[in-house]
Amino acid sequence: MRPSNFTRRLIYWASVAAGLVLAIVPLPEWLGAARPDFALLAVLYWILASPRIAGLGYAWLAGLFLDVLRGMTLGQHALAFVLVAFLAHRSQLRMRMFPILHQAGAVMLLLAVYHFVIFWTDGLTGHGHTGWNRWLPVLSGALLWPLIVAAGDTLTRRSR
Amino acid sequence: MVELSHDSRPIIGRGPPLGATFLTLALLSIGLMVADVRYNQLATVRELLSSAAYPVQRAVDLPFRARDWITGSFADRSRLRQENLELTARLRLANLQLQRFAALEDENRRLRDMRENSAGVADRVLVASILNVDLDPFRHRVLVDKGAREGVFKGQAVLDAEGIFGQVAQVHTETAEVILISDAEHAIPVQSNRSGLRTIAVGTGDSERLSLPFVTVESDLKAGDLLLSTGIGGVFPRGYPVAEVTRVDRSAAATFALVDARPTARLDRNREVLLVWFTPPVPVTEPAAPPATGPTSATADAAASQTEAAPQTEAAPEAPR
Repeated sequence: MRPSNFTRRLIYWASVAAGLVLAIVPLPEWLGAARPDFALLAVLYWILASPRIAGLGYAWLAGLFLDVLRGMTLGQHALAFVLVAFLAHRSQLRMRMFPILHQAGAVMLLLAVYHFVIFWTDGLTGHGHTGWNRWLPVLSGALLWPLIVAAGDTLTRRSR
Repeated sequence: MVELSHDSRPIIGRGPPLGATFLTLALLSIGLMVADVRYNQLATVRELLSSAAYPVQRAVDLPFRARDWITGSFADRSRLRQENLELTARLRLANLQLQRFAALEDENRRLRDMRENSAGVADRVLVASILNVDLDPFRHRVLVDKGAREGVFKGQAVLDAEGIFGQVAQVHTETAEVILISDAEHAIPVQSNRSGLRTIAVGTGDSERLSLPFVTVESDLKAGDLLLSTGIGGVFPRGYPVAEVTRVDRSAAATFALVDARPTARLDRNREVLLVWFTPPVPVTEPAAPPATGPTSATADAAASQTEAAPQTEAAPEAPR
């Protein structure tokens, strides 16, 4: 029995919402800079797992809501989300065939693109933080990717 | 590995092509950013969206608040007694000092009245608590639980019990975003309590350090000096402690000394802050030519003219780049 599109949509939204909440949950200061981009990882997972449900519009909305939650320039995360979602959509047929470590590497590339866009728009709006530690989430996100995939697969399998 | 599911990429006729959607949304985001940063046009949109974000921020804050409440209600008796004793002792001491201060303040007010300059003292305060929400690890911003509904306005001074905390950068209906004095984009005019030297304290992005970049080598400032707010610029009330000078590094070759100061307000630990209403001492006049370029030169400009204390927040309408 396949999960209906409706349940899949629900799980998709719930996981992205959870990612957005995790984006503002207070973390200890030493960990704060390395906070993985949970919402983006959730969006990426769903683009690979069910691309028909996880469209670009939803990714954009998630990014916009992240902007509002964190009080950033409106559209900044939205732009980065939609770019990464687009790249993932373009290469999803290849990416889902990758072995998991290889896939984590590809995700790392996408995260690097994401953070570059944020960095770049930050610079344009005059908020540049140029320390090395702003790139930490790229690494932590890639390290977290296998776990995200495992959790996501378990979730979708249970709903079957 | 991500498992294959029944729905792969659409083959034919399912919605617009990917590239077109991407292009539309990307252009839309860029449009939003331009409207937000350049023209500051999105106040209502932001307000609407932020009321949607408010429940989420509250939900994140709730467990922490509950933990505080629980530890507060189940604190053991001996500790409470101990705390009570300490607080009573401190209150007695504070009251004693306050009596002297009351007389001094009266005298001060009389003297100022003679000079027709009694403004600049806080009229009304509102206690706000900081929501347990991480905004951005690289910006020193916090979210407080009072907003436009309580009359909070943009540019309002925020204090805590120990000194100047920051100012309101953005107001939403239920919440407000406060930029701390330690944020790298914030600058505040200060005055040394000992020598009366006036200068600007700039945030560094480190909550334990402010930097005073415009102090000349021969100026009278030394470690241990208390820096007070001047009230110049009309943002902060005058005479409140801002920071204590920790290091003055004079090199004979340089024009400016390297001066660091530690904020007196407990920027990283505080839960409760005060929003202050006061009458600005002098009417703030708009500078004829607004600062021309980025944050640093705007700060230098402020230092030179010693008039404007507004931070270079992203929404400041008078800071075109």
